[in-house]
Amino acid sequence: MSNPEEPVLVVKNLRKQFGSGCTNCLDLKEESLEGNYCPVCQTVYACRDISLELYPGEILGVVGESGSGKSTLMRCLYFDEAVTAGQGYIKDYKDGQKNIFTETSQQKRYIRNHVLGMVYQNPYQGLRMGFSSIGNIAEKLIAAGNRNVGYMTDRAAGLLEKVNIPIYRMLEAPGKFSGGMQQRVQIAKALSNNPPILFLDEVTTGLDLSVQAAVLDLIKIIQRELAISMLVVSHDLSVIRMLSERTIVMLGGKIIEQGLTDQILEDPQHPYTQQLVQSLL
Amino acid sequence: MDKVIRVVGLTKQFELHQLNKKITACYDINFSLEEGQFLGITGKSGSGKSTILRCIYRTYLTRTGQIWYKSGAYGLIDLAQASERQIIHLRQKEVGYVSQFLNVMPRITARELVELAVLEMGYDLNYAKKEAIQMLAHFELDKELWDMYPNTFSGGEKLRLNIARAMVKKTRLLLLDEPTASLDNESKKRVKEVLEKLKAQGTTMLGIFHDLEFMEGICDKQFNMQAGKLVA
Repeated sequence: MSNPEEPVLVVKNLRKQFGSGCTNCLDLKEESLEGNYCPVCQTVYACRDISLELYPGEILGVVGESGSGKSTLMRCLYFDEAVTAGQGYIKDYKDGQKNIFTETSQQKRYIRNHVLGMVYQNPYQGLRMGFSSIGNIAEKLIAAGNRNVGYMTDRAAGLLEKVNIPIYRMLEAPGKFSGGMQQRVQIAKALSNNPPILFLDEVTTGLDLSVQAAVLDLIKIIQRELAISMLVVSHDLSVIRMLSERTIVMLGGKIIEQGLTDQILEDPQHPYTQQLVQSLL
Repeated sequence: MDKVIRVVGLTKQFELHQLNKKITACYDINFSLEEGQFLGITGKSGSGKSTILRCIYRTYLTRTGQIWYKSGAYGLIDLAQASERQIIHLRQKEVGYVSQFLNVMPRITARELVELAVLEMGYDLNYAKKEAIQMLAHFELDKELWDMYPNTFSGGEKLRLNIARAMVKKTRLLLLDEPTASLDNESKKRVKEVLEKLKAQGTTMLGIFHDLEFMEGICDKQFNMQAGKLVA
């Protein structure tokens, strides 16, 4: 059994910049930047030295306004974007001794396929809309080294059942499904290789309330039954309140506050967090 | 006897940036409790009673002072400075909080809610099921409601469920934030019975009650809160 106090993911000083930077902005001093933007060289610092730890079986919430760097952080962790600087360690990869950001692209692919799962806000990023649902899941399983068709079919059917997609529709392409169903197929696909870590990027945004509820319930069930650690990005504080015990608040590419979710919501310290909580409907 | 909790110079100030205001909710709070002792706190609304409990539970961050708690898992620990992970562990296993309001995940039945509380303590499902039934029955929550979602319950039913969920865990430290405020006399009697049982088992408790009669016979210490200060 894993030690609950040993993090499954450690991120240290993750930086992601779009642009080369200049002498004005390289030290990332507040007075040199307008928010996360350098007015001299137009470099955008989407993530400014983000550090976090994710523990076994926990859901860590990440909140912040649009453009705060939440999704960029997720894309960097899933290797969709290369980081500019920083370190990342995963307990289930080389015993957490190797910085995953400096690994070869082949190794990064291995990590993606074996250790991580990702559910994007837009299902078009995570699914092939022309493939069958079962084919989408098989794609991830094949990438993880599976070749047994019988196993992959059973696994895909089992996962689709788990996320409440009727088995008789598993040969249909997700392009024919509703938004909520597409998200559930994405979740099934992300779970297919039994990842210890799952990234969820605004997974309920744009879904109507009842569908949102079904997806959130599913996430809670996955946490309870599979004890997967999850990083959940959302700009919706209600989603975070329901899912996570700890929360990080981001603004302008930086973590401005972090704490227990009820503390963040009831005793926010930073002016922006106070504004955010007071905006809660 | 060893102190289970010792609060030293606790001060809580809220800084409201948008309004450019600072509000001191309580200051220089000092008290200690031994195992199985019950501290009752009374006082007017807004006098800062709940703030003390919320600082202990870490829903509020303490500005100055220490909250020493003798934990089973960590030994002597300052709850004001403990890591978030430590607080999460303590909330699951050692420190309970009952408020006047039931704040739960939607679409979870009353029975599941109480079971989950026991499961968090590390017990198996069978034991959790048995304990949940006993507690729901004790608080006379109508059997028909057990497998329903609490958001449809009346205020009194929600409150009894909330108390059942907190008390089923039999935590070392229990914080009670006016849990009986809107209960009828029969329900209050049931709450008192469980509190007495927990006290006998060694649970240390801090409770805020408006009802002084309710506190009779159960409190070992009683303080009154006046303008953010504790008065014996």
